[in-house]
Parts: sequence; structure tokens; C-alpha cells
Amino acid sequence: MLSTLHPPRSLSSRFPRYISSLPVTLCTLTAQSPPSQILSIRHALLSRHVTATQLAESYLSRLRLTEPHLRSFLHLSDAVSQQASRIDELIAGNEQVGPLAGVLVAVKDNICTADMPSTGGSRVLEGYRPPFDATAVRKIKELGGIVVGKTNLDEFGMGSTTEGSAFQVTANPWDVSRVPGGSSGGSAAAVSARQCVVSLGSDTGGSVRQPASFCGVVGLKPTYGRVSRYGLMAYASSLDVIGCFGSSIADTGILLHAISGHDRLDATSSKREVPDFASQFASTDFLESKPLKGLRVGLIRETLDDGVDSGVISAIRGAALHLEDLGCSVSEISLPSFSLGLPAYYILAASESSSNLSRYDGVRYGNQVTAGELTSLYGDSRSKGFGPEVKRRILTGTYALSAGYYDAYYKRAQQVRTIIRKSFKAALDENDILISPAAPSAAYKIGEKKDDPLAMYAGDIMTVNVNLAGLPALVLPCGFVEGGVAGLPVGLQMIGAAFDEEKLLKVGHIFEQTLQNCRFVPPLIEDDSAW
Amino acid sequence: MMASTFFRSIQNHPLLLCPTALFRRKNGVLYCTMKGTEAQTATQEKQKPHIKVPPRTRTKTIDKISKDYEAIIGIETHVQLNTHTKAFCSCPSNYGSLPNTSVCPICMGLPGALPVLNSKVIEFAVKVGLALNCKLSFNSKFDRKQYFYPDLPKGYQISQFDVPIATGGYVDVDLPVEFGGGHRRFGVTRVHMEEDAGKLLHSENGSYSEEITVDLNRAGVPLLEIVSEPDMRTGIEAAEYAAELQRLVRYLGVSNGNMQEGSLRCDVNVSVRPIGQSQFGTKVEIKNLNSFSSVSRSIDFEISRQVLLHSQGQGDQITLETRLWEEGAQKTVTMRKKEGLADYRYFPEPDLPGVILTKEYVDSIRDSLPEAPEVKRRRYEKMGLSMQDVLLLANDINVAQFFDATIAKEADVKLAANWIMGDIAAYMKNEKLTINEIKLVPQELAELIASIKGGTISGKIGKEILFELLAKGGTVKGLIKEKDLVQIVDPLEIEKMVDEVLAENPKQLEQYRGGKTKLQGYFAGQVMKVSKGKANPGLLNKILLEKLNSKN
Ligand SMILES: [Zn+2]
Repeated sequence: MLSTLHPPRSLSSRFPRYISSLPVTLCTLTAQSPPSQILSIRHALLSRHVTATQLAESYLSRLRLTEPHLRSFLHLSDAVSQQASRIDELIAGNEQVGPLAGVLVAVKDNICTADMPSTGGSRVLEGYRPPFDATAVRKIKELGGIVVGKTNLDEFGMGSTTEGSAFQVTANPWDVSRVPGGSSGGSAAAVSARQCVVSLGSDTGGSVRQPASFCGVVGLKPTYGRVSRYGLMAYASSLDVIGCFGSSIADTGILLHAISGHDRLDATSSKREVPDFASQFASTDFLESKPLKGLRVGLIRETLDDGVDSGVISAIRGAALHLEDLGCSVSEISLPSFSLGLPAYYILAASESSSNLSRYDGVRYGNQVTAGELTSLYGDSRSKGFGPEVKRRILTGTYALSAGYYDAYYKRAQQVRTIIRKSFKAALDENDILISPAAPSAAYKIGEKKDDPLAMYAGDIMTVNVNLAGLPALVLPCGFVEGGVAGLPVGLQMIGAAFDEEKLLKVGHIFEQTLQNCRFVPPLIEDDSAW
Repeated sequence: MMASTFFRSIQNHPLLLCPTALFRRKNGVLYCTMKGTEAQTATQEKQKPHIKVPPRTRTKTIDKISKDYEAIIGIETHVQLNTHTKAFCSCPSNYGSLPNTSVCPICMGLPGALPVLNSKVIEFAVKVGLALNCKLSFNSKFDRKQYFYPDLPKGYQISQFDVPIATGGYVDVDLPVEFGGGHRRFGVTRVHMEEDAGKLLHSENGSYSEEITVDLNRAGVPLLEIVSEPDMRTGIEAAEYAAELQRLVRYLGVSNGNMQEGSLRCDVNVSVRPIGQSQFGTKVEIKNLNSFSSVSRSIDFEISRQVLLHSQGQGDQITLETRLWEEGAQKTVTMRKKEGLADYRYFPEPDLPGVILTKEYVDSIRDSLPEAPEVKRRRYEKMGLSMQDVLLLANDINVAQFFDATIAKEADVKLAANWIMGDIAAYMKNEKLTINEIKLVPQELAELIASIKGGTISGKIGKEILFELLAKGGTVKGLIKEKDLVQIVDPLEIEKMVDEVLAENPKQLEQYRGGKTKLQGYFAGQVMKVSKGKANPGLLNKILLEKLNSKN
């Protein structure tokens, strides 16, 4: 097993300039490119090679085996086999089934599901069952998808490790002593360990992309407005988006297509047409030698600065060379406002969260304490209900919005946001896509940054700007650094122009299908014959 | 402070799944102190268009001192808009009385729910902004006003802060004749859109230590907040300003404007200062004003209270506070002191896109506006109607429209006004009907007036026909024909009837001719009876007199 991941460096002749002195491990040229699980499932079901019940059972049995190590899920559905057999009945009766029929989807627990608890990873909502499905969940169900369970997260999406969950710590399938990233760590780990086919996460400052990078899966943060936020528990409304995880670009694109589109229940959702992302993919059998010829790629210089792991830098530079091999013209570009993103993000996100979390007051739902006075009803419900990171952000945000401080913090951060948006717009006028690491490092140890919030915040440097600019970004595994038993995956972030997910997925697909020597299956399930 | 005892018995209860039961935290006890919202139309209140304020009962001393002071009054008015659905969800905004029956995840503030603006709210706000002569903001936005209270489900109210939809307008009013009359113009600082909060329901036994229930039926109902300039100086001016706002929103059809139901709520700010001083005194806010007379009386009470304190050198006793008007005791009492300005931490509502108005949109609304009350009043005044008539007719848009439609059919202006404010108003009052519910239509009122004026029927018959028309409808011509009510104006026919009556009453005739001339009335009555009331009274009397006095 290790041999496939630790090839002799001489084989990697394509990256000679970067690998000589760096602790980077590169892939062999033998492993197959990741298949689309969704398309395989559809083919298998419709050709009656396998039943949805059998498929569901195979995922569930793997889930049962891996879950004690990973703890990805906060809640598992008890209706999976029932829904699978319903699909089998439809197929047996030659009736139409949706494109997600039989596909097991995990849903981050800050996304509302009518028939399951939805806690947002918070004590304040322990046991809460919403009376409605989030629009994204409803669409998945309508297309035949089966929600397998609710995944763990940092409380209300606030965190980068999933250690901020009020209920449990999720482990990284590549090395269970490490974090899966966050805040959508449960959804990333679940896809990585093939506990489900695809999953939904949410991304406010990188919460889909960073865990995708840490867990070696594909993560997509759509353009703000592409996917309805209805049913997503708000953290920072102007930044929040529901995003997708998959083990392949195709699966991620199919899931995005399923959940995209205007929703009359979300005034910020876009009325733009939704292209059928996956149908645009070039067939790998007929790829030209330079399939991405003419594509202008900007490598953001500021993302390879000090503070970024040298292994990550090597992997990204290697990915850039791979893109050049595919015909892209890659140039380094500078976004001078890049470093302003982090402070602006933390002010805006904290400000909005201080407001969005006001509704958790113990009056209508969730835990309520016994109190003799109104102020203690609020105070006690909230002080017992919220964890330390949530409190920290509520306090920060409350401060930033207070009279006398608003102009210095909130307003100034909004001005920075405008500058960032403009600089990305300019860079994307010059380039088709921008690339960067998804995180400054690979997955780190559980507990390593738990008591150092600033260090954890700094880890979001690669991703927050994209949320501030409202742009789509795709993270896909592109290499490894040393660590764990089998190396740790590194994700490449591709940033596109607003509503140009189609281009990101197209480029990502070719990149993925031609990166012949990498296989992003974590050691935890390496022995599983299915992979 | 007020709510400090409310929560004593709220226990840690498990989640309730049924949304409508979400607020019933304890043993399913529900209180309903809310009045039914039986939709009272604008016209029903028509009967008391004027503000009835008893003469102020103040001691002469205060009256004397008062002359040295001037009161500064400003009003914040909340108008509940009568859109079909709430401001940000599709719940009916005309909720019934059963608590928490007109709620959904959005107006309950459930996690993950998002607001989507009802475009009618913008339309109504633009209407009101234009009618108040305001400048509209073509680019406005919503903001969050943040505070904690159990009736505020999200912990913030969606409102407008620094860019309200309309600013810098004014209202023209005519003060009631019985208060000396006069025309005034009061400035309007701003109009903005926001959502209403829910209601706290207390247990019926009066003590709220037992339990409290939150009713969110009202939460999310659209409001307009209209803030006046501090331009008013007396209670009656303030009340008349509020009354004009009520007329305006009813004219525009954007609210029922009912104060008792809370569809129109006024919070008044009052301060006094010695005449000649430019600096404002400390202002006091008065709440709980549910009629125009309580607006007027509470202000006059408050002015007296503050003037008295000033005159006794206790001006510093006037503090920044909210006072409650007690209708029973006819006085204001401290509700809560304001310690500094509350910090609502406003910031732009990220869930809603900006509110952008186009010129075409605004123009189309401007073109659809009805004639404003002020314009109507000036028009009626020019027709030669008395100010009393003008105010009465223009008070209610439905009455005014009835009047306008009647005179459009060439009816005599004065007579039309008299009929409407006399017999028709009396009938509506007795039958508890609005002018839109009576069977009489303006065209027939015009016909009736013309028929009387032209002598086809007598005034007496006219009245009979009127009540027939009011109750059953129909046409004047039809009724006259059906009941054979055309006035008899043929002298020969009348003479014949006179002869008949004289012949039948020889004794009375003898007495008359013997000097008992009072009997003329008797004869006239008899002739009228014979004519079934149709004889033209003038002709009848003329012929009767001739016959009585001809000593043949
Ligand atoms: Zn609602």
C-alpha cells in the first residue's frame, strides 16, 4: 500500500525543479482516476446488476465499521433501507427514478432536515427537529437521493477542525489522530471514508474547501446565490453557501446541479440558469494532448508566502506544472489585498453571527433553563447552550457593531470587502481561473490548535477571500505531504468567475482524470475490496 | 423590568414538534386576551369624525403660567399595513384570534428560515411616501434592529435605519371648527418599513407570575413608521395630525387605521421650554394612546405637568423617560426611565437585497393615487360648503366618493351635502352600516334631489323614497311610478278634491266662515289625505284658501 503512495522520486520527472529538497511525496503513474460513484450506481441499478437495497447495505456496513474510528455522524437515518427498497420497487415496476436514485447523501447538521434532528452541532439545539427540509435537501430527496444521516461540524460552522462540535470530535480518515478540518469535517470525512456517496457541507470562510483538502476529497463552494440557503442555519448570511463533497469531480458536479437554482424562499438566490455541469465533461478516452490549451491560469503569489508549509507549496507548484502540461498558460499573479481578507472576514462573519444567533434564546425551541427573570432566561440559556468559540464570535461581533465602533470595524471591513471583490474581478478578467492552496498545511493533530484560536483563524487565509468576493471555488486533491501512515492529502483550490462553476468543474475534471498517479482513498478503507 | 416576573414558572421542557404548539410551554394552557380582528372598515368609524375633547380642566394658575411656556410635540406613528400576507412570509397578515395559528418557520424565526420581501409592502410605502409629499429613496435597504424580547422571535427586527424609503414630507391639516379652526402644516421627517413583533399573553387571573405565552400571529406583519418633525404645539394639533394620517392611510387603502385595534399606534414626545428659549427641554415619551382624544388629553396633561415643575423650579425632575397614559385616571405615569440611548447595533440586513425603485414604478403609483384629503377639502371649500361640511364629508373617503359621484350627476352641491350628512348619515348610524353597504347609489340620490327641486315630488315624499332606496334600492323613477307618487300639480284636479272635502265637511266650513280660520290646516290635511299626499302643497293651499274665502 505504501508503495503506491511513496513512489521513487525519480519517477516524478515532471516536477524536477520542486521536489529535490522538499518532503513531498508524489504519486505513481499507475492508479486509476476516480470513477463517478453516482454514474456507476445509476448504471448498476438500471441494468439491474444490483439493487438499491444492496447498495445501501454496502455503504452502511462500511459506515458501521469505520464510524467508531471517525465519528463523522451526529445522527443516522433509520429510513435508509426503507427508501432504498422503495427505489427498488420503482425500478422493478419499470418506473422512472431520479438521477440521484439510490445515492446515499450525508448532510451537515446545520442544514435542516424534517425527519431528523438538526442541531448545528450546538447544545442550544440539542434534540431540535425542524418542521421543514432545507431546499437543497428537498431537491436531493425529490431526485431520489437518500439522506443517510447528519454529519458533525464545528458548532454553527464556527471553526476549522470540527473539534468545536458540542457533541464529538471527528477524526481524519487518513490519520485518525488528526482533524478532518472544518467546519464541515463530518461531511468531508464521510465522503473520504466512503460512508456515503456525496455530502452537503456549508462554506462561510472555507468550511467545505479546507476539510476537502484535509480529507483528500473534492469540495465545491458555489457562487453566493447559486444554491438556496433556505434551511441552512445562518452563521454569516452574506458569506454562507451550501457546498458539495464528492470523491470525484463528476459526483460533485452532479450534486451541485441537483441543489442549484433560484428558490423563492431565499431572496439572495440567483435566477441564473443552471447548466448541466456533468454533461459538459470531456470524455477521457478522447482527450487531446493539450486539452486545456489556451486556458489562462493565475497562481496567486500571496498564497505561497511564509507560513505556508513547504510541502503544500510543492504540491501546488506541481499542480501548476500539471496544468501547464495540459496546455494552460500559468502565470503568477499578485492580489495585494489578499492579506486583508482574514481580518475583514473575521469582523464581518462575527458581526453577522452575533445577530444570526440571537434567535437561540430558549424561548421557542431548543434548551431552555428555568429562570425567574427574563434576563436570566436569556443569559442562562445562551451561556449554557453555546460553546466557547461561538461565544467568542458573538462577543467580537457585538463589539464590532456597537455604537462608536461600527465605523472603525464593520464599516471598514465592508470597504475592504469591496476592494477584495474588485481585485478578484480584475484578476479574473485577466485569467480564466486562479489557483492557490486550499489551506496552508495538511491536516494537523487533534488538539494542536484547540487552545489557540488565532492560529486556527490564520488557517483560513486561503479561503476567506473567496467568500468575501462571493466567487465559486473548487478544491480537489492534487498531491500529498508526508504524515500519517500513508501521507496526507493536499488540495488545490481553483477559483472562478461568479457563476462559472461549469469552467471550474470542466478544468477540474480534466485535471483529475489526467493526474494518473494519485489515488485518494484513505488507508482506513484501503483494504475494502470496493476501492 | 416589566417582564421580570413573567418567567418564574417556565420549566425546561422538551421540544414540541407541532409548530402551532411551539409556544405552549406548560400544560397546554393558552390564553387569548386578544380581540377578534373583525375587519372594521373605515366607514364604520365615520360617525365620529371629530375629536371630542372636553374642555381642559386646569386651574387658572397653570393656564396663566402656561402662557410663558411653549410645548414641543413630535409623534412617531406605526401603521399596520393591510397586505394579504405578512412582510416576509406568506402567512395571512389578517390573523384570527387564536394564538399562533398564523405562523410559519419564517415568522417564528426558526433556524434556517429566511425572509423574502412582500412587494406590496414597497408599494404601500411608496403610496404613503408620495401622499405625505416626501422625497423617495430610489435605493434603500433593510437593516436589523437588535434587541432581546420574547415577542421578537429572531432577536432582531427587520427595519430601515439610515436610508428610509421616504424622507422630508409634510401633512396639511384643518383644525376642527370647535377648536377655533385654522390650517396647519406639520413636517414629516421620515417614513420607513419594518415588521411588527408578536404579543405576550398573560394569564387571565391578572397576575403574570404564573405563566406567559407568546403569540406570534402579529410577528412579521408589515408596519410603516412615520416620524413627524417636532412641529406640534398643542394636544389638539397632535391629535389632528394623527387623524389626518388615519384619513390618509384609509384614503390610500393601505391600512384600516384603527387605533383601538392597534392598527395605528401613536407614541408622542413632549417637552416644554420657556418661550424665547431655542434649546429644547427634556422630552418625555407617552405610550398607550388608543384614541385621538387620549393623544390630545395626555399631551395637555403632560404639558401642564412639565410646566408646573418648571414654574416650581423643579425642571430637573423632568427626565428622559417613557410614560404611560392612564385612561381611567386621565394622567401619565412613569413606565421606564431611559438610561442613555439604547444601542440597537443596526447593520444592513444581509438576507434581503437592496430596495430599488425605478422612476416608472414610482410614476405608475403616483398616477394611481386617489385625491388626497387635503386636496378634497380645498375643492369642497371652493364649492362654497361650510368648513364644518367640508371636514365631515372629506373625513371618510367612501363618503367623499359618494358625495363626489352624486354631484358628478349634476346634483345641487349644498343639497347633496345636506342629504348625506343628514338623513343618510342618521340611517347609517341606526342601521350600523357603512356608506358602501347602503342600497342607495349616488345616481339615485342625484335623481331624488332633482325630482324634489323640479317639483315632481314633494320633499316629504322625497324622504319616504329615500328610506325606501336606502333599505331596498331601486330607482327614484321606478318608485314614483310604482307607488304612483307623482305630485299632483293640475289645479283643476286639486280644485276637485278641495270641493269634495268642503262638501263633506259642511259643519267645519261653517265654523271657518264664522271666523275659526285655524281650521284651514284641517282642510289642507283632508285634501292631502284625499290626494294620498301627492298634491302640491303650494297649489293646494292657494286653491283651498280661495275656496274657503269665496263667500258664494
Ligand atoms: Zn409566517
